[in-house]
Amino acid sequence: MEETIRFKLNGKKTELRTDPSHTLIWVLRNELGLTGTKWGCGTGFCGACTVLIDDEPARSCSLPVSDIAGRKVTTIEGLEKKGKLHPVQKAFVEHEALQCGFCTPGMVLTSVSLLKKNPSPARQEIIEALEENLCRCTAHVRIIDAVMAAAKEMKGGK
Amino acid sequence: MKKNEEKTTRPSVTDKDSGMKRRSFVKLLGGGIFIFFQPWNVIDMLPVPQQQQRRTLTKDYNAFLHIAEDGTVTCYTGKIEMGQGIITGLAMMMADELNVPFEKVKMVMGDTELCPYDAGTWGSQSTQTFGPAMRAAAAEAKSVLLDMASAQLGVPASQLEVKNGTVIDSSNDRSVSYAQLAKGKKLEKYLEVKPAVEDYSKFTIVGTSHKRVDAIEKVTGKAKYTGDLKIPGMVFARILRPPSHGARMTSVDVSGAEKIEGVKVVRDGDFIAVICGNKDRVDEAIVKIKAEYDFKELPVNDKTVFDWMVNAQSRVSVAREGGDLDTGKKLSDKIFESEFHDPYVAHAAIETHTALAHLVDGTMNVWASTQSPFGLQDAIVNEIKMTRETVRVRTPFLGGGFGGKAAYQQGVEAASLAKLTGKPVMLVWTREEEFFYDTFHTANVIKVKSGIDKSGLITFWDYHVWFAGTRGSDIIYDVPNFKTTSYSENRSAFQVHPFGTGPWRAPNNNSNTFARETQIDIMASAAGIDPLEFRLKNLKDEKMIACLKSVADKFGYIPAKTPGKRGIGIACGHDAGTWVAQIAEVKVDTATGKVQVVRVACSQDMGLCVNPEGALIQMEGCISMALGYTFSEEVHFEGGNILDRGFDTYQIPKISWLPQIDCVILDRKDKPPKGGGEPAIIAVGAAVANAIHDATGARLYRTPMTPERVLEAIRKV
Repeated sequence: MEETIRFKLNGKKTELRTDPSHTLIWVLRNELGLTGTKWGCGTGFCGACTVLIDDEPARSCSLPVSDIAGRKVTTIEGLEKKGKLHPVQKAFVEHEALQCGFCTPGMVLTSVSLLKKNPSPARQEIIEALEENLCRCTAHVRIIDAVMAAAKEMKGGK
Repeated sequence: MKKNEEKTTRPSVTDKDSGMKRRSFVKLLGGGIFIFFQPWNVIDMLPVPQQQQRRTLTKDYNAFLHIAEDGTVTCYTGKIEMGQGIITGLAMMMADELNVPFEKVKMVMGDTELCPYDAGTWGSQSTQTFGPAMRAAAAEAKSVLLDMASAQLGVPASQLEVKNGTVIDSSNDRSVSYAQLAKGKKLEKYLEVKPAVEDYSKFTIVGTSHKRVDAIEKVTGKAKYTGDLKIPGMVFARILRPPSHGARMTSVDVSGAEKIEGVKVVRDGDFIAVICGNKDRVDEAIVKIKAEYDFKELPVNDKTVFDWMVNAQSRVSVAREGGDLDTGKKLSDKIFESEFHDPYVAHAAIETHTALAHLVDGTMNVWASTQSPFGLQDAIVNEIKMTRETVRVRTPFLGGGFGGKAAYQQGVEAASLAKLTGKPVMLVWTREEEFFYDTFHTANVIKVKSGIDKSGLITFWDYHVWFAGTRGSDIIYDVPNFKTTSYSENRSAFQVHPFGTGPWRAPNNNSNTFARETQIDIMASAAGIDPLEFRLKNLKDEKMIACLKSVADKFGYIPAKTPGKRGIGIACGHDAGTWVAQIAEVKVDTATGKVQVVRVACSQDMGLCVNPEGALIQMEGCISMALGYTFSEEVHFEGGNILDRGFDTYQIPKISWLPQIDCVILDRKDKPPKGGGEPAIIAVGAAVANAIHDATGARLYRTPMTPERVLEAIRKV
């Protein structure tokens, strides 16, 4: 049974005709072509599929697409503005806070959400925010450093 | 030789397929300068996992280097990029050798059609063995270019120099670029003799840190992994899996799955799959299939496996022997006997094994997350009866490998389904399948008996290792009387492992280093000698001594007897030609048994370090990843049933586990480059175990060191 679902996707009004019970990640990846959102476990444990719903991190592998009706969804593809990397993306590149890159979209989006709520997080607060995002290459040291650097840049270097 | 290794004979001259490849390759790329070379003399020496049949090597020219008409240098290699960063490091080596800007070098990796045969990407070999062969080819390319420039400029080549991809005749103030030289040419050069490569002191790119070339793609979500590909008409597939290894299907009812809208059931004997263009539908359908099984499993589980292994009928070999053990025992003041246990461990890359296959005009096109594209190509040729010319495997970015993607079952499955259905088939293994079909790091048992004399010198070393092979079992210390006995699987007589096993980052070196370095610590403690001093006293290996001294310096180590309630532990070893020493500092909660690693210092001698930043990243990654096998990673099983099938019960390191990490890479520019992706992972377990002993007096002989095991060990003090 298809329904029309209206939501805001990466800043754009979007209307989608789909089965509302379908999983958000597969709708994003297969129907909307946004493959930056990665599938890692399907049970919400790894965080590779993280997207932001109304700026809060959510596990797109465990949500029906009907959940996003009327809401604002941001995927990794929505962070770049006019060809310019988001400060968090830039900091991940600068600090080489990635290896295989598979967990990276989830890490970046979770960090973006944290900095929105808490522009000056302490190291421990960054760790808490990213604790449930798994990274097997274990780029952990650099991920924390990157988020600290991005926070600094977003406040104009203060 | 280790259980999962084999060596093959020298190349056969009869194999012609790479000659065909060479011709089609030149045709495909059109103009420019082509350099073909033979890296066999180095890569032929490398071990290959046993389950994989290495193809007969050809004597033809198999590695390609292309200088295009716009001056771009492209290197074609069968190696793959899985996060380890060789897409950057190898390009740096090429750029230096050819004197072109780093940005002008492109890497084409892991495509069986375009790239030369390569057994697989593992063993920290890309930089240390493939790198020099590539550099030799680049040096040859440069000499060809210089000859061409010499003819064009009318001066001897000796008068020319190259800067930024331009050949310069400074005496006449004239120059010609590589691009101009390659323009309108179609020149094929075959490298016969290995030329001398550039002196490291002339390098301007190698030895300086370069950012990953793939970083921007990866932070923006643009980087394409296998699962991100899409072909019109593509369907997703799920395959019916048995509940355990050793289960055999007796009956099946697929009618439930067939009722799901849009789903088709595909069947070839016991191989049953569901396909549909919609991923949610295949997930829904697969669980509707009802099947009955007969169970014929091995009578072993994660608790009994260690006795099972020691009692197994195995192949016994003496890996090394010297002096006389009885003499050593007589010289001993104290004798120590220990037994170490290490469980099966999963690779658990975040990207599961994934493949897309499509049969077009008789050619099977496969994209797969695998560390061995050519191994997959051969497996498809054998299993679904095709010829090598009609199977092409490509490897987009891999979302982690760690040895687990040396296996490529998913690629064969996707190809089978593509052949059965005629459709492009995308197969993304579920996390459960990933755990079920993983080729685990093998469980193992190590027994060591050793002694020291009154002065604290090691008198003998009697080492027995069951099913962990001998990588990392080198004694490293200067011991006069020693014997290393290895017990490996004799599969025709006795099946030891109930499921697949295979290489896991620094295969089994973790286990051997854990046993050796714990035993050393036991002896140092009993001798009442500081563990660093004890090691230095018993070492003659200058590289190891230098690493230990440097890590002590970095850590700010103050000598003390153990246990000394400080929580500091030392361990060292070598892997992939790289020497490594570590000091760990821990805090132990004696009420709960929970251990937090506060700090790890690590010093490494890896010869010439090609990309220092990249090497540091690998060291940090090794140390952080090692916390998994140290504290939590263990595959629980009962017979052929894998009990851990998700990240809920199988816990990999989380960001809060992270200690402060301080790394040193020793300056060895004058030595050939060695492996960097694995060595730093080997010593963490022992350094942490020794630190726990220093803090509490409790000795751990079993990984992972879970809070329960730590508490149990504390109770025994």
